Amino acid sequence: MQEGKKTATKPPVRKAPAALGETAKENEVTRRSFFSWLSLGWVGFVAATGGFFTMMLRFFFPNVLFEPVQTFRAGYPDDYTIGEVDTKWKNKYGVWVIRNDEGIYALSTVCTHLGCTPNWLISSRKFKCPCHGSGFKMTGINFEGPAPRPLERYRIVLADSGEIIIDKTQKYQQEKGQWSDPEAFLRV
Amino acid sequence: MAEQTKKSFLEKAAESQVWKSIFRGGGVPRNRRQRMMSVLNSVFLHLHPVRLPKHAVKLKFTWCMGGLSFFIFLILTISGILLMFYYRPTIEYAYTDIIDLAEQVPFGIMRELHRWGAHAMVITVWLHMFRVFMTGSYKPPREFNWSIGVILLLLTLLLSFTGYLLPWDQLAIWAITVGGNMARATPFLGSEGPGAALLAIGDINFITMASDARFALIGGRFMGEAALLRFYVLHCIGLPFIIMIFMAVHFWRVRKDGGISTPV
Repeated sequence: MQEGKKTATKPPVRKAPAALGETAKENEVTRRSFFSWLSLGWVGFVAATGGFFTMMLRFFFPNVLFEPVQTFRAGYPDDYTIGEVDTKWKNKYGVWVIRNDEGIYALSTVCTHLGCTPNWLISSRKFKCPCHGSGFKMTGINFEGPAPRPLERYRIVLADSGEIIIDKTQKYQQEKGQWSDPEAFLRV
Repeated sequence: MAEQTKKSFLEKAAESQVWKSIFRGGGVPRNRRQRMMSVLNSVFLHLHPVRLPKHAVKLKFTWCMGGLSFFIFLILTISGILLMFYYRPTIEYAYTDIIDLAEQVPFGIMRELHRWGAHAMVITVWLHMFRVFMTGSYKPPREFNWSIGVILLLLTLLLSFTGYLLPWDQLAIWAITVGGNMARATPFLGSEGPGAALLAIGDINFITMASDARFALIGGRFMGEAALLRFYVLHCIGLPFIIMIFMAVHFWRVRKDGGISTPV
């Protein structure tokens, strides 16, 4: 009863309702500004996380590689006998140098099946891979086993000095018709 | 009177502050509820269920393969840490350090333990998966945990694969050469995989020998020391870190999905 009396004599002080778009008092966080700050925060968080993962991914691809030099001088054309496979660069550079009647070519020692190193078998005159038995003719053409395509050839040119330069960064694939490229075969 | 109030040593110890600070809840569990709480209140024990149906833990039903996989993982972690004290992941030392570990270091069996344990873990994980499949334990509500299990299988195989390279012998080098060349055939991300040429602007290829999945794996265009170092870090830190997170989720879900499934 007493309460009722009070309210009757004294009109209740009502706070004005927070209308939409009403400007907040200074330093006061309204529902609306909270959500805009929240979304901004999320955008920032996602961007930072995405940026970090991008950095992490890029981190695995260094700008400088400390790998063996891919270009080397392989002596003079006269060093190579016609009709023979020269295996002296096999261990160091992974290249067979082969001379035939027309010229010289550099064959990759990487098997086109799964990347093992075949051996040159002098008696049967073929490259034979010890891993899965792929066989290649002296030209590099595959003829037995699971290898799906011929061995690759590397760029081979003559330096001004008359020396042979073999460049392993450039390779030529027979099945793409690249063996007819003038730098895939050194005419001597 | 003094005889009656005399407490045993264990009872006295259980009332001490040291005991109470270590074992939450304190005291020797005397009833079912206290026993349950002592399991729930321990970080190690709480991995176990508080109670389970008797027939669900029959060896012929579970084969204990999940538990064995985890046990072997612990053995591999401990023996692996020990091996790291001697092994150096460089072309110069990797192979000879393995020989040294096997032949000169006391208890060279640690290396064999790690190697055979690795084989065993692959086998137990497979058998665990086989058991789960044959008992239908992959069905709802456990289908999510089955997927986690598939990821754990994959991580186990990756750990096995990365560890295989570390002795740096002929077998290892050629196995990883072949594995790397498979990565080269990845669709879109391998330089010789289908669709790799699509990721290019004009003549500039983005997926080349120096930027494809194989490169990310072996850290170079050719197999070499970068590959050894990458595999070493992945094997010792990267993959164990990831597999432990997934294992935690896996064990947690076993518990939350109703424990070990029961025979039908």
